[in-house]
Amino acid sequence: MDLIFSSLDILARWDVVLALLVGSVGGVLIGAIPGVGPAVAIAILLPATFSMDPIVGLTVLLGIYGSSMYGGSIPAILINTPGTAVNALTTYDGYPMTTRGEARRAIALAYSSSFFGGIFSVVCLILFAPVLAKIAPMFGSREIFLAALLGIILVVTAHHRQTLIAAALASFGIWLNTIGLEPVKYTKRYTFDQSWLSGGVNLIVVVLGLFALSQAFILLQGEDEKVRLTKLRGSFFQGFRELARHPRVAGVSATFGVIMGMIPGVGEFTAQFMSYTYARKTSKRPEDFGHGSSEGLIAAETANNAVPAAAMAPLLALGIPGEALTAMMLSVFYVHNVIPGPGLFQNRMDFVVALYISLLILNVLVLVFLLMATNQLIKVVKIPNRFLGMCVLVLSFVGVYSLRNSATDCALAAGFGVLGFVLKRLNLPIVPIILGMVLGGIMEVKLRAGMARVKTPFDFIDRPIAMILFIMIVLVLILHFLRVWRDYKQRKAKQWSTSHASISFATTMYRRRNSLLKARGRKVRGKRSRYYPRSTDKN
Amino acid sequence: MSDDPLETGGHRRAGQIAFALGFVVLAVVLVALLGDQTVWKNKVKFFAQPRFWPAVGVIGMAVFGALHLKHLPRCRLSHYDLREARVWFEAVEYALWFLVYVWVVPIAGYLPTTLVFAPLLTWRLGYRSQKMLWISVIFAVVVVFKSVLQVKIPGGLVYEYLPGGLRSFFILNF
Repeated sequence: MDLIFSSLDILARWDVVLALLVGSVGGVLIGAIPGVGPAVAIAILLPATFSMDPIVGLTVLLGIYGSSMYGGSIPAILINTPGTAVNALTTYDGYPMTTRGEARRAIALAYSSSFFGGIFSVVCLILFAPVLAKIAPMFGSREIFLAALLGIILVVTAHHRQTLIAAALASFGIWLNTIGLEPVKYTKRYTFDQSWLSGGVNLIVVVLGLFALSQAFILLQGEDEKVRLTKLRGSFFQGFRELARHPRVAGVSATFGVIMGMIPGVGEFTAQFMSYTYARKTSKRPEDFGHGSSEGLIAAETANNAVPAAAMAPLLALGIPGEALTAMMLSVFYVHNVIPGPGLFQNRMDFVVALYISLLILNVLVLVFLLMATNQLIKVVKIPNRFLGMCVLVLSFVGVYSLRNSATDCALAAGFGVLGFVLKRLNLPIVPIILGMVLGGIMEVKLRAGMARVKTPFDFIDRPIAMILFIMIVLVLILHFLRVWRDYKQRKAKQWSTSHASISFATTMYRRRNSLLKARGRKVRGKRSRYYPRSTDKN
Repeated sequence: MSDDPLETGGHRRAGQIAFALGFVVLAVVLVALLGDQTVWKNKVKFFAQPRFWPAVGVIGMAVFGALHLKHLPRCRLSHYDLREARVWFEAVEYALWFLVYVWVVPIAGYLPTTLVFAPLLTWRLGYRSQKMLWISVIFAVVVVFKSVLQVKIPGGLVYEYLPGGLRSFFILNF
């Protein structure tokens, strides 16, 4: 109880309350604008949060992260364009509902499902906190190294059919992190005798370039879409009544969201697809899915909103971010000398609980805001894309330049912006670069510390948690290679059947041609026999 | 199959080969520079060598990049690739706009530069209506106002020519 009171004491400050408001409302607004998304907003705001208290800065960023998915469902339902990438599945059932005149019902369902998912995951996190607090101190250098390695492997293998380029880009991230002075011996690495490279490549500069500037370039080069909005009348409270009629779908989807959120690199997409598949398989009306099914909408929205809070668990307990947004938040911790990991749970448990409670309050604030302001909020969808690009470009400048007042940083960010633009055009993943940079740094330090205390590589995994993590790494790799092998066999079988089908087709055509020719020959001979009677007949 | 016109036959996205090739070349160059750009220390364990992690990065880039290139569908470069490359270079134009903006701010000051930059870029994007230009000016003044965002950007050199009180006010706020 004392812990909760001391946590509430941290939150009961005017700047934290203001941060909660700004984060929740800002996140919804950003989510509702297609083409911006939480990654861009967090990248831009990140440098501004460095001057704030850790709890204030993190509350703003968490607010944007957690509430953007609420906002993202609005354009997904009304104009069939997801506000954030994770709202893509919402369009499947949300937009068909709008086309048949049920936009308000769809939005109400999305809000109530998101709220349920958000609250469910925070409650789970609070319940898990004592367990995490007990387990986290068991993680030493070796365990953290292995957990980071597992994280990087999961991130790479999560990019199905793009694993090789994801691994290459993660390696690129690892290399980027090594540029500059090496932390122990202070030797130069890949500085090319340039003094501006001695300090290394700043993570925020890379993040701003890859996420914010690249998105600005995409928006600037795109075209403005003409948006026609449907007017929404009436109350949004009916969503809760409808949600209560599907407790199984909501409960299972939220659980998927929590579990997938905790696993590094897996995130919202897998959680959503698993929930959606489960809901469709167990539904009494599976044929409605994709055509405006309320269960489909509940599954998608509950799962994606359960992820953000759960994704904070590995970050806070082990200091290992599972995806790009938590990787960005990690830098805020570092700037304030608050090092996430086992120590945080031992020494600053009140801080951790305060973060959880702030997440809980955020969800309530967002819901209240949405229930009151949806009709005004939907107008942000009308902002032209290219104009938005100009705004993101100017705000990105503010983000990069305010870091160190360095024009070199801006040039670097512009370079990464072009790289991010190319990657986005080619549909290649950006997240492995960021996680390679963050996890690569953690792995280097922890491997050195871990190996200093062991004599042989096998000693590295002689502790129980290290052994479990090692077995998990091996299992993930085996499962991945099995999937690759199955894909390869399926592709080969498909190729064989295609080539075989073409051979059969050619043979059939040849036989058909022959039979046609034979039939035509008989016909011609028959005709001729009528006009030219046999010579024997003449006689 | 994607609706993207640059997607050729659902097999290969235009520009992929060029990117993969460029990536592998970069990785090979970095591997070649490994000995020159990193140090091997005597009496230091293998895993603690300053060269170890850069080697993990660049060798990973080269190996996985090469495998990715090998697995791409074999296809000659087509006019779709050239079209895609042109799109990439068009993005460089906006990167240059950004860099010019960065270069001018310390000279002309943050607010005046933004007041010119925002409507100018809006004009370049094809918005000709007075409404949009005014909105861009309002965005520059209200949203990007230095004192609102508390950004640490040095005052412009031109502010030095302003009279006493006004000079410090401008340096502090604009």
